[in-house]
Amino acid sequence: MHIVVCIKQVPDSAQIRVHPVTNTIMRQGVPAIINPYDLFALEEALRLKDKHGGTVTVLTMGPPQAEGALRKALSYGADDAILITDRAFAGADTLATSFALAAAIRQIRKNMPVDMVFTGKQTIDGDTAQVGPGVAKRLDFQLLTYVSKVSSVLPEQGQIVVERRAEGGVQLLKSKLPCLITILEGNNEMRFATMPNMFRAARHAVKVWDREAAGITDEDIVKIGLKGSPTVVSKVFAPTPHTEPAEMIEVESGHPKDIADTVLAKMFTRFPAVAKEIAKRA
Amino acid sequence: MSEAPVKKGKRKFELDPRLASYKGVWVFVEHERGQVHPVSWELMGEGRKLADMLGVELAGVVMGAPGEETRRFCNEAFYHGADLCYLMQDEILKDYRNEPFTKGLTDLVNAHEPEILLLGATTQGRDLAGSVATTLKTGLTADCTGLTIDPDNRSLAATRPTFGGSLLCTIVTLNYRPQMATVRPRVMAMPERDASRTGRIVEQPLGMVESSIITKVLEFIPDANQDKPQLAFADIIVAGGKGMKRPENFQLIWDLAKVLGAEVGASRPVVQAGWVDLERQVGQSGKTVRPKLYIAAGISGAIQHRVGMSDSDCIIAINNDPNAPIFEFATYGIVGNAMTILPALTESFRQALATAKKAG
Ligand SMILES: Cc1cc2nc3c(=O)[nH]c(=O)nc-3n(C[C@H](O)[C@H](O)[C@H](O)COP(=O)(O)OP(=O)(O)OC[C@H]3O[C@@H](n4cnc5c(N)ncnc54)[C@H](O)[C@@H]3O)c2cc1C
Ligand SMILES: Cc1cc2nc3c(=O)[nH]c(=O)nc-3n(C[C@H](O)[C@H](O)[C@H](O)COP(=O)(O)OP(=O)(O)OC[C@H]3O[C@@H](n4cnc5c(N)ncnc54)[C@H](O)[C@@H]3O)c2cc1C
Repeated sequence: MHIVVCIKQVPDSAQIRVHPVTNTIMRQGVPAIINPYDLFALEEALRLKDKHGGTVTVLTMGPPQAEGALRKALSYGADDAILITDRAFAGADTLATSFALAAAIRQIRKNMPVDMVFTGKQTIDGDTAQVGPGVAKRLDFQLLTYVSKVSSVLPEQGQIVVERRAEGGVQLLKSKLPCLITILEGNNEMRFATMPNMFRAARHAVKVWDREAAGITDEDIVKIGLKGSPTVVSKVFAPTPHTEPAEMIEVESGHPKDIADTVLAKMFTRFPAVAKEIAKRA
Repeated sequence: MSEAPVKKGKRKFELDPRLASYKGVWVFVEHERGQVHPVSWELMGEGRKLADMLGVELAGVVMGAPGEETRRFCNEAFYHGADLCYLMQDEILKDYRNEPFTKGLTDLVNAHEPEILLLGATTQGRDLAGSVATTLKTGLTADCTGLTIDPDNRSLAATRPTFGGSLLCTIVTLNYRPQMATVRPRVMAMPERDASRTGRIVEQPLGMVESSIITKVLEFIPDANQDKPQLAFADIIVAGGKGMKRPENFQLIWDLAKVLGAEVGASRPVVQAGWVDLERQVGQSGKTVRPKLYIAAGISGAIQHRVGMSDSDCIIAINNDPNAPIFEFATYGIVGNAMTILPALTESFRQALATAKKAG
């Protein structure tokens, strides 16, 4: 069984700061990490490999530094790693990203058939959750999103049963391989990298593909990167506080009960709807 | 796009004449188990404004199994502002599945050419929107918090938070149609329902056979609703933050919530510390809420929390730091120790309720 796991290198959002004057993102010194949601996808793939045998290939599109994310994935136990990187990919939105990733997966298939593609639920930077569905449609794979559990896989019969988080419940879905699964967070925990895997990861030759190696023809240049992106960022700005500062409740006695009574009286006068809502509960 | 220089959307722009035939605003009406997701009506309210700005019609898209139910949904769409509904009925569409819904919605768009298509940013809406945007090869803006029309070029300007809410960005889809966007539940206000409104229904068949569809729904296991917090739709929320100091103190939040018949919310650190479960997290990576009353105790008011709750009608903030950011946007501010203010509030509300009860 061959599973391709798509991972994205993202800036550690907990450490991102916005420049107070220019309102631009200050990326300097912000460490890059594997998108945390993708680790759940990778771990799920590794578990299936433990159970059924097979190969786990990690794939990323990004700048040359994204190789770091792939090495990390190798140290967790992935077998092979592919970085697609090219100036022509820069500025991609999700439509252009899914085109490039799908092309690369077709190249991967030439060497070894792909049974499943796993992605994370979403990233922490772009945060759109659109790349998984996009890749599935481009490859004409069955799409299974928000999967909390891969209940069973029968690789020989090409069958799979998964639990999918839907609105108001869980769908138990039966589908066929090849499929693309977006894995929900929180249902597994990434294993520790083992010593042998860490050594292997350090030595492993990560495959680096440019546009052509990724199987994208000259003609298709208009479908990748900025050119292939229908969405355009027209403006980035700081949220303007359109609200007024709070009316501070102060009472002479400073007594908590007096404060509480005062705020209630003010609120019931200004917000009759709140008063009504509370009266409903009486 | 992330690394790209920001292109100026304001530059002179001519729409490709082949796209000029795309007219009208559509809202996908999402439903599950006989219930329309409220986000669809919230979007209908927003879609009405966009359609009026453009001077075009607003349509609902209803896809489901044939029967009384889909008609009822169409009528509800009219009550919430739609001028017409595109209706696709087929047994195959009984449960949501990606493949037939993607084909059906793609075909509808290609046949009737809307300029804007809006969906809820739910598990169903995101699954479908991401697929349909790909089959249609058009742009899709995720999780928008604001939608408007750029008067210069009649295009949809969709605003969404970026980088954990610290900045906003406005995204346009200039030379592609339809322009697609998803919006999270509770971000837009629910429009007034007007049961005197009517509209017309345009039907189109799906044109698929069940045997050609690979993925089958074996079972739907509904969530056990009893203990599942319905934070997003609560009218009153009492929320606590890291300033509550200890898990035991969080009981004061529960006590006040109980008196008020309110839901309990929390900031992220409280969820991460395991004091309450993830379902209760309010903010950027949690729920968006817009209750009539939001009481925040020991919450600093970080932007990631603020984006999830700042649309509440009335916010009472309790914090011992007079410079806490939450006082910049709360309605009422109380500087003090949450551990003493909360019990006092609980008592005052209890008395107010008793008075209301006496008054009938
Ligand atoms: C602030 C901001 C806002 C944006 N808003 C939009 C928008 O509204 N619409 C739009 O079309 N684009 C948008 N983009 C561009 C978008 O982020 C990029 O196209 C990005 O390459 C992929 O989208 P994502 O990060 O949202 O991924 P998601 O769709 O959230 O990612 C889902 C999964 O796909 C896989 N994946 C995603 N990217 C890669 C990759 N490069 N390599 C390998 N696997 C990957 C991962 O498994 C990931 O978990 C935005 C970018 C930024 C920085
Ligand atoms: C990508 C990303 C996503 C995020 N998503 C979310 C999200 O969805 N929701 C969310 O909430 N956060 C989110 N955060 C975290 C957010 O940035 C803040 O760290 C968080 O909201 C702070 O929580 P807090 O206000 O409870 O804690 P703190 O910021 O530590 O504030 C505690 C407050 O309590 C006050 N206090 C202390 N003692 C008392 C007392 N005795 N009585 C009264 N007040 C007291 C303090 O003055 C302080 O203001 C996110 C962050 C990132 C980077």
